[in-house]
Amino acid sequence: MNNLPLLFLGIFFTLAFSWTGLILTSQIQFGKLVQTTEVLDEEGNPIEGDPLYPEQIVGLAQQGKQVYLDLGCIYCHSQQVRRPGFGADTERGWGERQSVPRDYILQDRVVLGTMRTGPDLMTIGDRNPSDDWHHQHFYNPQITSPGSTMPPYAFLYRVQEVGVEPHPRAVQIPEAFHPGEGLEVIPTRRADALVAYMKSLRMGYSLPEAPIIEQ
Amino acid sequence: MSIAVQTAPAPSTGPYTSGDEHVRTELSKIDRSMRGAAIFFLISSIFWLMAGTILALIAAIKAHSPDFLGAYEFLTFGRVRSAHLNAMVFGWSNNAIFAVALWIMARLCRNEVRHNGMLYIAGSIWNIAATIGIVGILAGHGTSIEWLEMPKYVTPLLALSYALIGAWGIMAFRFRKGEHVYVSQWFFLAALFWFPWLYTVAQIMIVFIPARGTVQAITNWWFAHNVLGLWFTPMALGAAYYLIPKVLGKPIHSYYLSVLAFWSLALFYNWAGVHHLIGGPIPVWLISAGIVASVMMVIPVVVTAINHHMTVVGSFGAVWRSPTLRFVVFGAMSYTLTSLIGSAMALRSVNEVTHFTHFTVGHAHHGVYAFFTMIMFGAIYFMMPRLLQREWPSATLIHLHFWFCAVGIGIMVVGLHVGGWIQGMMMNDPDIAFIDTVRATVPWLQSRSVSGLFLTLGHIAFAINVFWMLLPANRKVEGPTLLERRKEAEA
Repeated sequence: MNNLPLLFLGIFFTLAFSWTGLILTSQIQFGKLVQTTEVLDEEGNPIEGDPLYPEQIVGLAQQGKQVYLDLGCIYCHSQQVRRPGFGADTERGWGERQSVPRDYILQDRVVLGTMRTGPDLMTIGDRNPSDDWHHQHFYNPQITSPGSTMPPYAFLYRVQEVGVEPHPRAVQIPEAFHPGEGLEVIPTRRADALVAYMKSLRMGYSLPEAPIIEQ
Repeated sequence: MSIAVQTAPAPSTGPYTSGDEHVRTELSKIDRSMRGAAIFFLISSIFWLMAGTILALIAAIKAHSPDFLGAYEFLTFGRVRSAHLNAMVFGWSNNAIFAVALWIMARLCRNEVRHNGMLYIAGSIWNIAATIGIVGILAGHGTSIEWLEMPKYVTPLLALSYALIGAWGIMAFRFRKGEHVYVSQWFFLAALFWFPWLYTVAQIMIVFIPARGTVQAITNWWFAHNVLGLWFTPMALGAAYYLIPKVLGKPIHSYYLSVLAFWSLALFYNWAGVHHLIGGPIPVWLISAGIVASVMMVIPVVVTAINHHMTVVGSFGAVWRSPTLRFVVFGAMSYTLTSLIGSAMALRSVNEVTHFTHFTVGHAHHGVYAFFTMIMFGAIYFMMPRLLQREWPSATLIHLHFWFCAVGIGIMVVGLHVGGWIQGMMMNDPDIAFIDTVRATVPWLQSRSVSGLFLTLGHIAFAINVFWMLLPANRKVEGPTLLERRKEAEA
């Protein structure tokens, strides 16, 4: 092929075509979604005074997201719920409805994930709000989930000698996994942040385009 | 067929030579002008290959034995796995592309190359940036954006370095001699334009000025899938289109099929990435568009397969004897297979099972390793003797390299596809506890670690051969190193 202008135009327009079709069109279609109320009024506007969803995660949970990103949790855990009938996401209790674009609009970095080596975490805060469970699980996943292939995150915890009195925030570790007599396991700030982030992952609200249908 | 004859690179009468004395002199001048830069990229790529292999082994073992090196935060699975991916993509693959594709480009442009200093500078920046990026990932500065994990402070360095290298490639094309533009040149040229575009858009829309919500995810998969489809694939196909006719000494079967393959790839591949989000929180029409494009990919794949097959047919003995073609044809056949599996995986009913499982990981290695990497190995076997004017020191090491890699990647692809399918079927059955899906994958993940050992041995054999060849003491010139003696020669 010696028609070089045609070659250059082709090279340019093929990629321009997909960029326009996939990305620019998405940006126009749903790149400016905002928070809304669970149901809309008769004119299709949010109802004044009702809480707005999705909720912004703040403070410690926001810092926990950073820990989630820097440890690469996304490579084994997704954060998306597929519709009932496609996969078994709802049957497994991972969400009462499918997740939709609006659920993600307040996240600086969207971590949908593409692997489920471990379970989906879109609603882990609804499913398991227990601090103790999460701390035990992060310290050594075998405590709560025998047979799990999740790595231990013991480096997020400080092992120290028990003082005059046990530390009020010491994690309860069963005998078989305990670092030793006279020692206790204390969460670092990053562990606390990660647990706060886990507890902030909730999807118990309806959205106008994705209502939770009571069974 | 007259056109087809014109389009082929100068046919060679032997693996070493071109039939035409003049062409031979010209090519060796070009080879000499390119030698330093190509060897520089090649050595860099081999260091990255070894580093990436070690990281891969650590990640593979951790996937079934989580306590392995479990106390070290910088080696936690999520980081070491990303470090592996980036070492292979930005380190090994891109350096190999810079060595192989720029060299073939220079040869096809039939002009001695100039301004090689630019390549040394750009290549050094590239490798320094990649090193900082991977250390950054291990240190916890990674972005957790698939295929773009390197921290954003290395982005400007990578972009600058790529701009210099890409500009150099385009300049080589601009100052070409000779009338005809061969199919490999279209692939290289297109890829040299596509990669910076993809990289820039993805970095801006995800990292620097993030788009809102799941537009990020669409941009992410538009980028990540197109790095394979519009960067690795055209580079490897361009090399295959050059090497197969060149080594066999006959033209590519059909000019028109190669045109069709090029344009259908350019048109369909870049819409296909959305199939990574099937069932996800994005509009369904986008997913449908991605599925259509993924299925349409059957056209370029089958057309390329026919074209390569018809070129090779009747010369299988030569393919098996030539180290270059044994790797390249393995890669080309893997391209056909992995692409057809990929198209099938985009169908909703199949994707419902394979999505979120190790099946996808197996598929990724099928593409990047069994196809792309094997073709790059083959191209390096062709390139080195011509750059250095000496032969490969050991046929045994080439044998070991081929068999360890072929068997290794075979085990990995089969293990992860089967294990992933089982995982997906179990995951879709809500009566099976989730932890049982995890336990069921363990033996398959162990098979991946075994495959990793094979690949490591193959890479060690390859690296020894390359560095041995580079030793100035090695001056063996008794003719090409082949993997089997020709029967007629024995008689």
